[in-house]
Amino acid sequence: MHPLPQVRDGQDPYPLLARAFGRAAPEGIGFADRRNIRDEHRVAFGLLIAGPELEDLAYQAAADALMAITAKLSQFRGESRFTTWACRFVILEVSAKVGRHFWRRPDVPLEAEDWDRLPGRFGFEPARESEWRDLLAALRRAVDTELTARQREVFVAIVVNDVPLDALALRLGSNRNAVYKMMFDARRKLRAALAANGYLDDDDSGRS
Amino acid sequence: MNGRSALDRFLQTDPRDVGCAQAMEMLHVYVDMVASGGSAEQRYPGLAAHLRACGPCSEDFEALLAAVRDAEG
Repeated sequence: MHPLPQVRDGQDPYPLLARAFGRAAPEGIGFADRRNIRDEHRVAFGLLIAGPELEDLAYQAAADALMAITAKLSQFRGESRFTTWACRFVILEVSAKVGRHFWRRPDVPLEAEDWDRLPGRFGFEPARESEWRDLLAALRRAVDTELTARQREVFVAIVVNDVPLDALALRLGSNRNAVYKMMFDARRKLRAALAANGYLDDDDSGRS
Repeated sequence: MNGRSALDRFLQTDPRDVGCAQAMEMLHVYVDMVASGGSAEQRYPGLAAHLRACGPCSEDFEALLAAVRDAEG
């Protein structure tokens, strides 16, 4: 069981965030270890955001995470180290903010459906189109015939238009879990349809 | 991996997959176990299955693991 760090009333909360990053908190650290927060962005999001916007996002994520951490301190059950538990809030805040940031891009497609990009998404080689043309045509038919309207919308946005799942959840007024579940069901249906028509092998691995 | 196997792998679903909400609820415990060399995949097969299939949760896992390892480092 991992102990909960002592936080007293009136204590400066910022060193707590620094501790969440596993760093000693020097005097006057302000918003803790921003360099480290930026590093996490690089790990997680491949530098989709840079410069002042990244600074801004890191600052806001740290602030919101700190609020979440202090509000939920009583829920810490010692199942992990405190720093890991606290860091999770920062990571989740960053994910949510990157999702919001996505829609600031002017070139974001949502309604458009560019199915010609699908082969590239899965690494199908143009030179060997004769080998995969029928498979992708069958996939597209299955998307149109097997999925519900909502499942189709989610599949097209994520797979065809390359919209990040978190960003789509935000646009749909939903959440990551619900959108993932919709995609999960869509994937299962599509694979079953392709296997039933001989385009993919029947799955005998115990997964469906 | 060719396009066919990439598509097949993408469409495969694992019934053990716990989904994003449960995965994020236990992510800190899982990360600590991975960081300490424990058998996290065996202990939490449903969470491991989810991380293999969900890009956003997998990114969060990698980011949290990196933060933990950096803090240890």
